[in-house]
Amino acid sequence: MEKIEKKYDIKKYERKFLVSLLEKMCLIRRFEESSAKMYGLKKIGGFLHLYIGQEAVAVGAVSALDLEKDALFTAYRDHGYAIACGSSINALMAELFGKASGISKGMGGSMHFFDVQNHMYGGNGIVGAHIPLAAGYALKISYKDENGVVLCMFGDGAIHQGTFHETLNMASLWELPVIFICENNQYGMGTFYKRVSSIDDFTIMASSYNMTGLSIDGMNVLTVYSELSDIIQKVRKEKKPVFLDIKTYRYKGHSISDPGQYRTKEELGAYKELDPILILKNELIENNILDKTGYEEIDKKCKNKVDESVKFAENADEPDPSNIYEHVLA
Amino acid sequence: MAKITMREAIRQAIDEEMARDENVFLIGEEVALYQGAYKVSKGLYEKYGGKRVIDTPITEEGFAGIGIGAAIAGLRPIVEFMTFNFSIQALDQIINNAAKMFHMSGGQINVPIVFRGPNGPAEYLSSQHSQALQTLFAHIPGLKVVSPSTPYDAKGLLKSSIRDNNPVIFLEGELMYAWEGEVPGNEYLIEIGKAEVKKEGKDVTIITYGKPLKLVNQASEILSGEGIDVEIIDIRTIKPIDEKSIYKSVAKTNRCVIVDESWPFCSVASQIGYVVSKNSFDYLDSPVEIVTSEDVPMPYNHKLELAVQPSAEKIVSAVKKVLYKS
Repeated sequence: MEKIEKKYDIKKYERKFLVSLLEKMCLIRRFEESSAKMYGLKKIGGFLHLYIGQEAVAVGAVSALDLEKDALFTAYRDHGYAIACGSSINALMAELFGKASGISKGMGGSMHFFDVQNHMYGGNGIVGAHIPLAAGYALKISYKDENGVVLCMFGDGAIHQGTFHETLNMASLWELPVIFICENNQYGMGTFYKRVSSIDDFTIMASSYNMTGLSIDGMNVLTVYSELSDIIQKVRKEKKPVFLDIKTYRYKGHSISDPGQYRTKEELGAYKELDPILILKNELIENNILDKTGYEEIDKKCKNKVDESVKFAENADEPDPSNIYEHVLA
Repeated sequence: MAKITMREAIRQAIDEEMARDENVFLIGEEVALYQGAYKVSKGLYEKYGGKRVIDTPITEEGFAGIGIGAAIAGLRPIVEFMTFNFSIQALDQIINNAAKMFHMSGGQINVPIVFRGPNGPAEYLSSQHSQALQTLFAHIPGLKVVSPSTPYDAKGLLKSSIRDNNPVIFLEGELMYAWEGEVPGNEYLIEIGKAEVKKEGKDVTIITYGKPLKLVNQASEILSGEGIDVEIIDIRTIKPIDEKSIYKSVAKTNRCVIVDESWPFCSVASQIGYVVSKNSFDYLDSPVEIVTSEDVPMPYNHKLELAVQPSAEKIVSAVKKVLYKS
């Protein structure tokens, strides 16, 4: 783990904004904890990839977007992104429960949250398969001479897929306004990234495609936010893609069924010291922006919201089996 | 009516739709400067420029996915595969993204895109470059699959495919580009999912689509000389299939032969055979016959490659079989 210097000045930001970042991260954490619990109670089935530990990336990156004109594409570890984009917690929990009022009407489940109103375009279950989709969206922005940018999130496991390399080449060649973000939690499922990569520093890959590649600390939400704000502004202006390697860590296994025994207790413990919620909380307290009680209130509010979403999901209607052909064709 | 080639009919459809709707664009390998490996996009780059006629690197999965992303964002891409043999590289994008996005998102995101290019057996190319892949696509819910047999149908159906709000697989017979047919000067559309009776007859129904229609016509002439009057149904769209037109014809002739140039196992032919046997059972006077390619990869040797495909002789023989005349 490298110590990274802070490049932002917390005093630049309004209290309301800083608290909202903390609140979003807490909401994701509580949502994920509740998801795991509901999975244990068999209210949720299938695959469940939790975002605990990585909250600073989604919240920092999405907060830097203008979701009126920008768009976000991600993979199957998507709960944090939907929450960061502003999706209804009730609709998200209902989706996990497979209910008709779920964000994807009970057709997608955990891996396929879609919220087009909030410009959140999934939710893709095939490793790396959404990377060209994000570039395609950026092609439309460029085609229509619009001012948006696209964030394309994927894990370190996706970086060796053909889609990543094919898309970076074309995005660079055609100068598409897309920011490719490797959310590097260091483990592609159970495999440490260095065991399957011929290079340790992924930013080198960007240079193969004549693209800027930068590495960012993903445990500090303000670092992610401030860096992304600058980069997004640059991409909006210069209309050229950028590649980012955002270093983060997931506290849970790859999915709910993975006990994560390939990592040492020491490693996990060291990263828990770097908990993104803890970092921001401490920084806000140190700067007299928030006190301990204030934090507890935020956390309680998030917990209540999530508890309410569970009640909502439990009481929601199942999709009607007579409608199974409803969304096969438009 | 002017006689034009299949190639020109397809080009006209793309040109007219690009002129009509600025969201329509063409993307693929060699489509712009080179004007298409089969010269389908001749003149389009000159007319519309590099923004709307886009040359790609050789990355089928990548540019298919970029096309799907652009469709998600509201454009109407026409993705050309140099041949559908190369679409196999892009199957994940077509099956997992294009076909499923509308359903998986609970109806939030539709994908108005056309994947088009040559398909089916060609000549002297051995197995990787000479195969009919419609069954793969027809198997997937969420895709429409269109396979025209004439320049007239190709133009009208491609225009409808470009305007469709779903992903459409548009299959052009690789050996058909120079075939000619009459196409009117005025604009017309052909509805997706509608079969056409290409020839009326009373003795046997032959159901086919795409390139083999030519063989069916030849067989029909041979049979006519022997006093056998066949009815030819061209389904034109593989999916959604127009079952009603099929049943109507079988109810009239009471006998059915299906001609399909793809392989027989789990095929368009076997599917039609199943629905006819099930839903026209009371009208059938003999079991349904299918004429398909043999269940082998395509050989290079010309004599062999012809031997493994449907032929007029094989169709004649199948017709006689359902008439108990063999």
